[in-house]
Amino acid sequence: MQGSLSKDAIIVIIVTAILIWIMPFIISTYTLTVLIIYGMLGLSLGLIWGFGGILCFGQAAFFGLGAYTYAIAAINFGESTIPMVLAVLVPAVFAALLGAMMFYGRLTDVYLGVITLVVTLILFKFINSTAGPQYVIGNARLGGFNGIPGFQTLNIPGRPDDYIWGDSYFYVCAILLAVVFFLVSALLRSSFGRIAVGIRENETRMSLMGYDVRARKTVLFAAGAAIAGLAGALFANWGEIVTPSLFSLGQSAEIIIWCIVGGLGTRLGPIIGAAGLAYLKFLLGQQMLIDNTLITGLILVLFVLFLPKGIVPAISNMWKVSFGRRQLGRIHQQRRIRHRGRANG
Amino acid sequence: MDLTVVLLVEMLYAVASLILISAGLAVVFGMMKVINLAHGEFMMMGGYATITAVNWGVNIFVAILIIAPLVVGLIGLVVERVVIRHLYGRLVDTMLATWGLSLFFIGLATMIFGNTTTGISTPIPGFTVGTYQISGYNFFIIVVAVFLLIGMFAVLKGTRAGLIARGAMQKSDMAAALGYSPDRIYMATFFCGCALSGLAGAVLAPLVGLVPTSGGAYIAKAFITVIAGGPSLIAGLFSSAGLFGIVNQVFTFAISPVIGEVALLVAAVVLLRLLPQGITGKIFKGKL
Amino acid sequence: MAETVLETYGLTMRFGGVVASDNVDFKLHARELRCLIGPNGAGKSTFFKCVTGLQTPTEGEVYMRGVETTHWMPHQIASLGIGIKTQTPNVMDSLSVFENIWLAARRFFNSREANRKTQDIIERLALGAIARNDLGQLAHGERQRVELGLVAVGDPWLVFLDEPAAGMSAEDVERMTGIIHELNKTTAIIVVEHDMQFIRSIAKMVTVFHQGKILMEDHVDRVMSDPTVRNVYLGKNA
Repeated sequence: MQGSLSKDAIIVIIVTAILIWIMPFIISTYTLTVLIIYGMLGLSLGLIWGFGGILCFGQAAFFGLGAYTYAIAAINFGESTIPMVLAVLVPAVFAALLGAMMFYGRLTDVYLGVITLVVTLILFKFINSTAGPQYVIGNARLGGFNGIPGFQTLNIPGRPDDYIWGDSYFYVCAILLAVVFFLVSALLRSSFGRIAVGIRENETRMSLMGYDVRARKTVLFAAGAAIAGLAGALFANWGEIVTPSLFSLGQSAEIIIWCIVGGLGTRLGPIIGAAGLAYLKFLLGQQMLIDNTLITGLILVLFVLFLPKGIVPAISNMWKVSFGRRQLGRIHQQRRIRHRGRANG
Repeated sequence: MDLTVVLLVEMLYAVASLILISAGLAVVFGMMKVINLAHGEFMMMGGYATITAVNWGVNIFVAILIIAPLVVGLIGLVVERVVIRHLYGRLVDTMLATWGLSLFFIGLATMIFGNTTTGISTPIPGFTVGTYQISGYNFFIIVVAVFLLIGMFAVLKGTRAGLIARGAMQKSDMAAALGYSPDRIYMATFFCGCALSGLAGAVLAPLVGLVPTSGGAYIAKAFITVIAGGPSLIAGLFSSAGLFGIVNQVFTFAISPVIGEVALLVAAVVLLRLLPQGITGKIFKGKL
Repeated sequence: MAETVLETYGLTMRFGGVVASDNVDFKLHARELRCLIGPNGAGKSTFFKCVTGLQTPTEGEVYMRGVETTHWMPHQIASLGIGIKTQTPNVMDSLSVFENIWLAARRFFNSREANRKTQDIIERLALGAIARNDLGQLAHGERQRVELGLVAVGDPWLVFLDEPAAGMSAEDVERMTGIIHELNKTTAIIVVEHDMQFIRSIAKMVTVFHQGKILMEDHVDRVMSDPTVRNVYLGKNA
């Protein structure tokens, strides 16, 4: 974490501008939009897992909750501004409650995994079973496994008839991702972010220094859920329908895979992992020879075995070794070996 | 009266199927501290092995009790050698790698068997109690679960291999110091765990329409049962399967099957909040 | 008489049938340096854990500067201005020396002040040359020293050190002794230790634990020459 926040801001703006300009020449904006949304979803888990050490098996729950909140609220309000805000708040509050329950109960590791997984399943099963007409929130029918179609999509705030769609929607999503990325950077530079990394490294030490680990983890968890919720709302707008599959374990698995492949402990890794793998899946979906799931699974296994730190750290290491000063390169190599040794020990 | 009998059988059946579903995972987790998220897919493969064997004209009970466990055990052996053994001691990494394996197997099964439902009919006819119909196959499942628990207990308590395994379970470095290769023990354990998963998948196969993604329905339940059971293998399995099975059935009967499932999950969350180390982390401590 | 910074009354900890800490009454004054000694299993580590909130005592009360802290969590106790160093080095391995100490300082000061405090401690502990290195790369003695830095940077008025000299070279121990003496100018210190040589070099008052109870509490010289203590240590009594 060197350099300053303003430098961060400038880089983010320049890179975003270039990408927004170039990428549509390569991939259609419709596909790009969903890649961006997945990137944001990847970033949400990358934040809490990579920097907070909280492995959440149910990040999809917050994604789905954001999407459903948006859809339900949009039907009821007939305008998109308040629903967008709610789609961020509802998952955040839900995560804060869930997180408080887990962290104040001193659950760690595996147990955290089980609880988040179970909660995702509960939501999935519940939403799936709401096909009957009695499941209504305001004017919105939950629709069970059929999902909710036909809600008001994103409009210019205050003008419900001016929809934002197509290319403009792509720009909105890209800029929102850039903003979220910048906010995450700012968070990680702040004392809160640095303390979160300390907690990831050694919880006992941090509590012996006087930090309330439980409260901080809860807040971070909620922040991650808020980002996932925003991604969910954007996804709802993109797909124009929300279905229970948003909550599925498969979706959760994919988010974890994005983070692993892209690289934990980096901000860029999960975004690149998400967009890259989602695009790969899109390309694979156009061929029938090899099953899609098989390849996803294979990628995950291979990465865990051979590149457990992910692509982005590997590339930045390679960069440092080949272009950095010699001395530095050697130190980094030593450190890597040391890490590997510890991981195996 | 009839209703009581039916309810009792249903509850026993629910408990028994939870024991079956979780046993393979419990063995692998209890002994090796490896959480095998591909467990559900091993069950799925057990189901496919059974159906394929039956279609080739093998007797269904031979297929269920012998062929499926063997086939899945051997697949497990390959998986252990190729992937798992590189990851011992790295809990999260093994979870992720086995999750990857689970997706891999789903994809593989889709390519081989297609994304369609296959099934076989239950080999035991049902009968009636008063006005109620009970599936005779439920009794088969209960009997298999009982024999499974007794068998596991006998092997762990009564045989030399069981003794070594128990030793390795408590202190793997000590077992190594005594001259038992932990590598071999892990290999054997993983084989047994996978064979048990295969057996479970095979036993349940006649009850469900099998699709490549069937494993997903089992893994969460198995995972929850094992974690909630805590460190003791058999006592943990029995107590948590008992608790969740009964909760599930009571709510299923009182309200609806979906609420029954949700009640099971909620019970798990509450239980883990109260007993973070699982049931046998607090009660029945130090039992098998 | 100086102010009392730590008192316990009837502190008892049972694990099943084992009484690890048995009705311990303990008192410590401001800027006092006290060593807790005793053979393995004497209850000094249990006492340490009960007082710092790492374990909750079965019975009894703990007061710090007159505030009852019996059922507090470690972070609440630390927030009072108390530094705790556990037995095994407890540091953030993939963060640098500076970041480690900064995190400790940030709890009590704002960001800018924390930077200054951290620089200050790094100079005082002669860690300047390795300030940018990750803790994972450091030798055992250096890690211990950094952890002492974490403890000291918050200007504590009470410090707990569990076996600070364990596994260190003679040179490192000597340096550690100097640091402890300097810390002691501003804060009370409790040291749990095995190493008699080290205790002789730092302590005046010593509390001897035996079978969960306080066996005696006296000046280090008298404790060392006491026949009961010698028996307890050498096991002749049994």
